[in-house]
Amino acid sequence: MIAAIEPTWYLIVAAILFAIGAFGLLVRRNPLQMFMCIELMLNAANLTFVALATSLGDINGQTAVFFVLVVAAAEVVVGLGILVSVLRRRPGATADDLATLKG
Amino acid sequence: MIAASPLEYVVFVAATIMMLGGGIGVVSFRNPVHSALSLVLTLFGVAVHFVAQEAHFLAAVQVIVYAGAIVVLFLFVIMLLGVDKSVDLSIEPIAVQRPLAAVMSIGLVGLVTAAVLKAGDAIGTVNQGTGIDVAFVETDGTGQLTTASAASTDSNIEQLAVNLYTDHLLAFELTSVLLIVAVAGTVLLTRKWPKADAA
Repeated sequence: MIAAIEPTWYLIVAAILFAIGAFGLLVRRNPLQMFMCIELMLNAANLTFVALATSLGDINGQTAVFFVLVVAAAEVVVGLGILVSVLRRRPGATADDLATLKG
Repeated sequence: MIAASPLEYVVFVAATIMMLGGGIGVVSFRNPVHSALSLVLTLFGVAVHFVAQEAHFLAAVQVIVYAGAIVVLFLFVIMLLGVDKSVDLSIEPIAVQRPLAAVMSIGLVGLVTAAVLKAGDAIGTVNQGTGIDVAFVETDGTGQLTTASAASTDSNIEQLAVNLYTDHLLAFELTSVLLIVAVAGTVLLTRKWPKADAA
């Protein structure tokens, strides 16, 4: 007899995915790849929400994931819009080059 | 402890490998196009995890919205701007940043794992078939599908809809405002304004 798949496992897997995303966000310099790492972190949070919603029998967790999806879509649209208008002026800019707002 | 079928383990392990492998790919690929395709792998892995936990609607939305719309938007911007060039990852302007980031990540995993293990039974157990997506499907003599209780085969969608349109109605309306603002703001940001002297 093997043990059932516990919600604990989902939470640990989600923590690993979040850590990968956070590491990438800190390390990468390409703004597009930094955005993708933010998506990784959002997905890890979503997985946590769903795991706890299922284990506690509470549908509110799944509704929260729905809202996270909407906010993620809006965030990507605005972020990529800013990126397009920045890179139009300065092609090939990395996150290190975008320091002109520095006081 | 409830026994699980070996198939559940296969699904869990396969989806986890897809998810974490895709995540490592997003971080480590030098070409942004490869990173975006690797992100698709991660999103599909998360969708499989959603299905395994009986969140069917969210799994479908995950594939349609994330893999279908957001990743395509990423690829579109990469191609539009022509930034699909490999970068040299060995160049690191801040030398201490990578070790510090690695320490932070490993510490984060360690802390969350410790917290989850300490919480133990407080976070409940996965009750397959008795969770929030209870579906008692039976067939009567004529082969007609009948539902044995108030819960039907699409009770996950029903429960989500009832919860969304009653308890979270105001938040739902506000998301429409958010999306309109995001779209209008993006149009304003990326528009090429005519020169002032031309007016």
